[in-house]
Amino acid sequence: MENTPILRVENVSKSYNGKAVLKSVSLELNAGQHKVLIGPSGGGKSTLLHCMNYLVTPDSGRIQLDGREVNAHSRKELYAFRQQVGMIFQEFNLFDHLTALDNVAIALRKVKGQSRKEAETRAMAELERVGLADRARHYPAELSGGQKQRVSIARALAMDPKVMLLDEPTSALDPELTGEVVSVIRALARSGMTMAMATHQMEFARALADEILFMQGGEIIERGSPAELLAPGAATRTADFCRRLAEMGGD
Amino acid sequence: METLDFLFGRVMPALNEGVVVSIQLIVPSALLGVFFGIVIGTLRVYGTFGLDTAANAYAALFRGTPLVVQLLFLYYGLPNIGIYLEPYGAAVIGFALCSAAYHSEYIRGGLLATRRGQLLASQALGFSTWQSMLSIIVPQAVRRALPGCGNEIIYLIKYSSLAYIVTCMELTGQGKMIATQTFRFSEVFLAVGAYYLLIVTVATFLLRKLEDRLRIPGFGHA
Repeated sequence: MENTPILRVENVSKSYNGKAVLKSVSLELNAGQHKVLIGPSGGGKSTLLHCMNYLVTPDSGRIQLDGREVNAHSRKELYAFRQQVGMIFQEFNLFDHLTALDNVAIALRKVKGQSRKEAETRAMAELERVGLADRARHYPAELSGGQKQRVSIARALAMDPKVMLLDEPTSALDPELTGEVVSVIRALARSGMTMAMATHQMEFARALADEILFMQGGEIIERGSPAELLAPGAATRTADFCRRLAEMGGD
Repeated sequence: METLDFLFGRVMPALNEGVVVSIQLIVPSALLGVFFGIVIGTLRVYGTFGLDTAANAYAALFRGTPLVVQLLFLYYGLPNIGIYLEPYGAAVIGFALCSAAYHSEYIRGGLLATRRGQLLASQALGFSTWQSMLSIIVPQAVRRALPGCGNEIIYLIKYSSLAYIVTCMELTGQGKMIATQTFRFSEVFLAVGAYYLLIVTVATFLLRKLEDRLRIPGFGHA
């Protein structure tokens, strides 16, 4: 059991309208590991993360959680699987008609069957964890982008996921608001949460990642520790990509 | 003096009787219409396995034919295939079916305006499609559709007057009866009009109240 990865992705492929978006991608996430996906837009990072939660059904390949393959044809198994794999979206996707507190509590009530009181207590604790207890009664329209993303992190954490997938969690934020989200994600990483994250923030990636996966054209074309891939003068695609990002003024 | 006696002694008692029937027609028709409108509208946007096509066909049929024709068919046509409806039942069914078709259009707009990312987010939390619809998507669509649906209910109040065509003696039916008995069309129909105006005013007030109660920051006017 020691060596069983929490989440294993094996030869996953996906194409839309005959265009291959993922070409037989494999990766493993061990307990407590943090992997960061980087690479140009359209390289397949987002699709890969969506496949890892079965929000997108792969055309072929296997996905295993705790050594058990998910049967995507069984809705019940699929719903149970998704509860254990938290997902953070670039666009936050908060429920617009619910307060921050209810955004976090609703899945506890509807999916986990908790009482309103039980769910709200837990939701409040999660909001505290992301520093938003004082915004519990606010609606999404009354929150800043950074606050929305922190609520969405609290919402995912309340489900006690075994893994968190983060799809460019800071890309839709104004630069001055990324800091608060980054520090919440860093704290989450320190607490030992297993994570896979796509990002364009290289400093963040370098600080967080155990392994960087460079994706382009639907394939992982480079993988290694930040020290290997980003060593001064390293002749890697990753280092090259980072230099170009830096030249464009992006971090 | 004589006109007042006629209004208070003859017209109002009959119209009061009629207005009770009208309200008995309007309230269930409105509730059923909204309910089925939400179901049909949701199927039109999110339906699979041909249910979307069926719901679209329903809306096209009931929006595309006159309500009078639908009522005449329900009351005078259905007996040919062995289905006999009371005048009241035929009217309520006709109003609810027609109203649902219009409501479905407003709900459809509300659904399309609700960002699809939220469906994805709810699925990522382990919601079934059914739960997502019920707890996340439809409550938002209904809020967005409320002004349109309210408008449709105001229309319903007025087209409930068509019930007299299938011999259901509501407000307009009572008015028409007195008018043809007395030939005092102008007084009677002015009174009938005033009754409708009163119902619509009350309904508008109640709908406004409902909109206020359901108001959430970020939906329509904050």
